[in-house]
Amino acid sequence: MSDPATLKHSPLESAHIACSARMVEFGGWFMPVQYSGIMDEHRAVRSASGMFDISHMGEVTVSGPGALAWLESLLTNRVGKLAVTRGQYTLMLDEKGGVIDDLIIYRSGESEYFLVINAACREIDLEWMRSHLPKDGSVQLMDLGNDYAAIALQGPDSERVLCQLFPGCNVPKRNGIAPLAGGWEGVPSLVARTGYTGEDGFELFVPVADGVSLWNKLVAAGVKPCGLGSRDTLRLEMGYPLNGSDLSRDRTPLEAGLGKFVSLDDPEKGDFSGRVALVAQRSAGLPSLLTPFKLTVQGPPLRSHYAVLSEGKVVGETCSGALSPSLGEGVAMAYLPPTLSTPGTQLEIEVRGRHYAATVSALPFYKKPAL
Amino acid sequence: MNVPADLRYAKTHEWIRTEGDTITVGITDHAQAELTDIVYAEPPKVGAEVKAGATAAVVESVKAASDIYSPLSGTVTEVNAELAANPALLNTDPFGQGWIYKMRASNAAEVDALLTPEAYTAQIS
Repeated sequence: MSDPATLKHSPLESAHIACSARMVEFGGWFMPVQYSGIMDEHRAVRSASGMFDISHMGEVTVSGPGALAWLESLLTNRVGKLAVTRGQYTLMLDEKGGVIDDLIIYRSGESEYFLVINAACREIDLEWMRSHLPKDGSVQLMDLGNDYAAIALQGPDSERVLCQLFPGCNVPKRNGIAPLAGGWEGVPSLVARTGYTGEDGFELFVPVADGVSLWNKLVAAGVKPCGLGSRDTLRLEMGYPLNGSDLSRDRTPLEAGLGKFVSLDDPEKGDFSGRVALVAQRSAGLPSLLTPFKLTVQGPPLRSHYAVLSEGKVVGETCSGALSPSLGEGVAMAYLPPTLSTPGTQLEIEVRGRHYAATVSALPFYKKPAL
Repeated sequence: MNVPADLRYAKTHEWIRTEGDTITVGITDHAQAELTDIVYAEPPKVGAEVKAGATAAVVESVKAASDIYSPLSGTVTEVNAELAANPALLNTDPFGQGWIYKMRASNAAEVDALLTPEAYTAQIS
């Protein structure tokens, strides 16, 4: 536990207490881990709709004539591909190619961008960005992290719920963003069609003062309040990495299997922080690969920091792990030598001194049943 | 919270039921509510020596693994085999079908250190 005096509080905290949330510390924030139960919440998102408080995440705007060129030098994906109102997943690396953060960037205007960054690295990200700003004043950076309340509405019923609450609103396409009402001025209310659950869904950004009322409207519309617990099982079933568990300064996005979000050879993108290190790593061969696997025997739920063995020898340790509520199986990921990352490879996981058989699988762990 | 009057309790939220010289051990209603959806239970092995206050079993929810401490010292005589297939019994019937193990106590005096139902109720309220 960090010092209670420095623990940060969501603008939606009173709504969580009213919904009987169980609260925990996460990334320096006091956040709901669950309400009705992780299994129940997980199923609601897969089959109907659920909502998560994501107010702890940071919002940053970048604008000015130099914005695009600067963002290309800061992030791994090619920002120049984005049409206005479109977004992409991308990473911010240090010079050694280590991951500072993974984030979503939207192009909100001709030379304006809206970035959503992880809670635990808000300060680190902002410090990194500010220290790399061009000195000529061609780029403006604004931290709106404390101005926004944010709610992720996720699940197959999300679009119906959104249209019911905001009749006639501009419903963005996948990875797009639009004003929820009004324009882009000040601290605009925004809706982005994204999420981190593998389901259709939206992230809603509203001024802090409007957060609780939006939460309550969603509750009244039948959307199930969901906590960090089910957010974690939902994203892990899809194999989405979590910064701090699966991503760190010690691993590159190539090792994390995120190469498709890294524009290493695009002449129009040019150089970016970490690129030289990644090119060198690619030619030398990857030292490890983030490898998904499932338990093949009945056993305990997988968790982080369990030893992974191959032929009796420890070859790595689990990053993320969980009992997949959709599959009823133990799933996890670990950085392993690339020779052990082929689907079908046999492994063993050590839990409290006992070994359990596991098999390398492909991602996502969970595939939506065909309709 | 249900705190049956015929049981004794450990501060760490286990209960014991005494029938002749057999002691049954489980976790309380309060404990299962705190743990939430229990998805896995690892009871001790039959014949294992357990020590009062030391880890004897592990139960796991989706979110966390929790140690279960033996309220008394002694020898495990039987474990609840039903829990392997149906760990949710720990949630639905913690004082009945969700029992974890039975044991023979080696030091009857240790019972006196356990909480009465009244004292345990006071602790959790």
